Amino acid sequence: MEIKILGPGCPKCQQTESVVKEAVAESGLGASVEKVTDTMEIAGYGVFGTPAVVIDDEVKSVGNIPKKEDVLGWIK
Amino acid sequence: MSDALSLSGQNKTLNVLPDDDVQAEPTQIDWKTILKPLSLITGVFLLFFFLPVDSSRFTESIVEALALTKWYAREHVLLCLVPAFFIAGAIGVFVSQAAVMKYLGAGAHKVISYGVASVSGSILAVCSCTVLPLFAGIWKRGAGLGPAVAFLYSGPAINVLAIILTARILGPELGAARAIGAILFSVVIGLLMHIMFRKEEQAKATAALHMPEPEVERSLGQNGLFFAIMVALLISATWSKPAQAEGLWYAVYSVKWILTGVFALSLGGLMVRWMGVKLYKVVGAAAVVLALALAVPHEPLGAFSAGIVAFVVLLATTRGESETWFLATWDFAKQILPLLLAGVLVAGLLLGRPGSEGLIPSGWVSGLVGGNSIWANLFASVVGAFMYFATLTEVPILQGLIGAGMGKGPALALLLAGPALSLPNMLVIRSVMGTRKTVVFVSLVVVMATVSGVVFGRFFA
Repeated sequence: MEIKILGPGCPKCQQTESVVKEAVAESGLGASVEKVTDTMEIAGYGVFGTPAVVIDDEVKSVGNIPKKEDVLGWIK
Repeated sequence: MSDALSLSGQNKTLNVLPDDDVQAEPTQIDWKTILKPLSLITGVFLLFFFLPVDSSRFTESIVEALALTKWYAREHVLLCLVPAFFIAGAIGVFVSQAAVMKYLGAGAHKVISYGVASVSGSILAVCSCTVLPLFAGIWKRGAGLGPAVAFLYSGPAINVLAIILTARILGPELGAARAIGAILFSVVIGLLMHIMFRKEEQAKATAALHMPEPEVERSLGQNGLFFAIMVALLISATWSKPAQAEGLWYAVYSVKWILTGVFALSLGGLMVRWMGVKLYKVVGAAAVVLALALAVPHEPLGAFSAGIVAFVVLLATTRGESETWFLATWDFAKQILPLLLAGVLVAGLLLGRPGSEGLIPSGWVSGLVGGNSIWANLFASVVGAFMYFATLTEVPILQGLIGAGMGKGPALALLLAGPALSLPNMLVIRSVMGTRKTVVFVSLVVVMATVSGVVFGRFFA
């Protein structure tokens, strides 16, 4: 499973990254968490707002910090 | 001490080795880690070595810097900045991003998308680093280059905090001209760029768009009322004493604290109805503030500060969006206040308060950007375009420049070209839309800022 966090590096994006990493660690599943900071690549996903979370090329959240329970739901 | 000993011990063993091996031994000195702190230390040393403490100009400038900062602290922080932080925080929380972005998507009506893009900066630019991804998204997936450029320009140029502080410190004409100019600029520049690059823009990827989830709980009218009351509160609290002790302005001035109290109570009422704040808390807060206001009527700032503290307690002890509002406000304050403090100190040191001089002689300023010539305006816009202004610091810097003889026209030119552009930000924009478009964008901003400066300077000199 590939998890991507889209965001240019503002505090909210960093918070999102730590929430996702916590959720992955808690689930015990093997998943790679990657941060995407390149503006054009972010735009390529068609997201209108950052931070955004993309799991296996599917956009899961846009413009807010997701809750850990939500992330756990997406990756199960 | 033991370090030095072991080093000299190593040296001895090194000396025994043959020459070749000495050469092959890697150096212990890692210049990469040394150069930065070393140059910093040397710089500080040189600064103090040559510190001109005997020069009266220097010592007077230090006093000027402190006096200017004191004036800001006394006149602007409690009554103007703190309420403005709450308004900016509220905008970030209550205005749904999704509702705005809907008008910037691929299928949106063109006229509407320009209009929305030109004002959305005040709503969406919650975090300056989200402007660029949004820009790229609007350009490549949404309404196209024109609205995207309009959004890119207006984002930093018309944020609420900047407009409020400009109007308060540099005067209402400049504040209004800045707001109107920024909105007009963004539409005109967006349209021009759309026309110039129309051919390149035909091919566009059609991918699914992912908008943020709408979280609207209140109607537009409700939000409007909420913001109107907050702005009214800010205006009545900052209402300054008119020169003549008569007329409508003076009548408003004499009851300004009563008005402020009434608006604060209405705000409290709305918070109880719409945000689930407990009624007894609002009543308690109002009672404390009222008691303070009656106990020390000649020091309204005391009651006002108590009101701010009570307001924070109300927000922070209620779960849900009022808590988010508090956090958003705190983020703004934390991010902007240190920068603004540094900006005010530097502006005071270099330029002094209006009417007195800092390190830079007033003659230089009035020579370069005094009056309202085309050159003065062009110079101000070019400098503004390349220089980096941290959020809001353009205001104290301009205050110093105007005090030192800068014309009103060049001041507006700098305000319109400055915050939206800077050299670092141009480089980032270039990496997104390429050199040609960036050069066109920057030139358009500089030319239009110059023209607006000339026009404004003619009417408001």
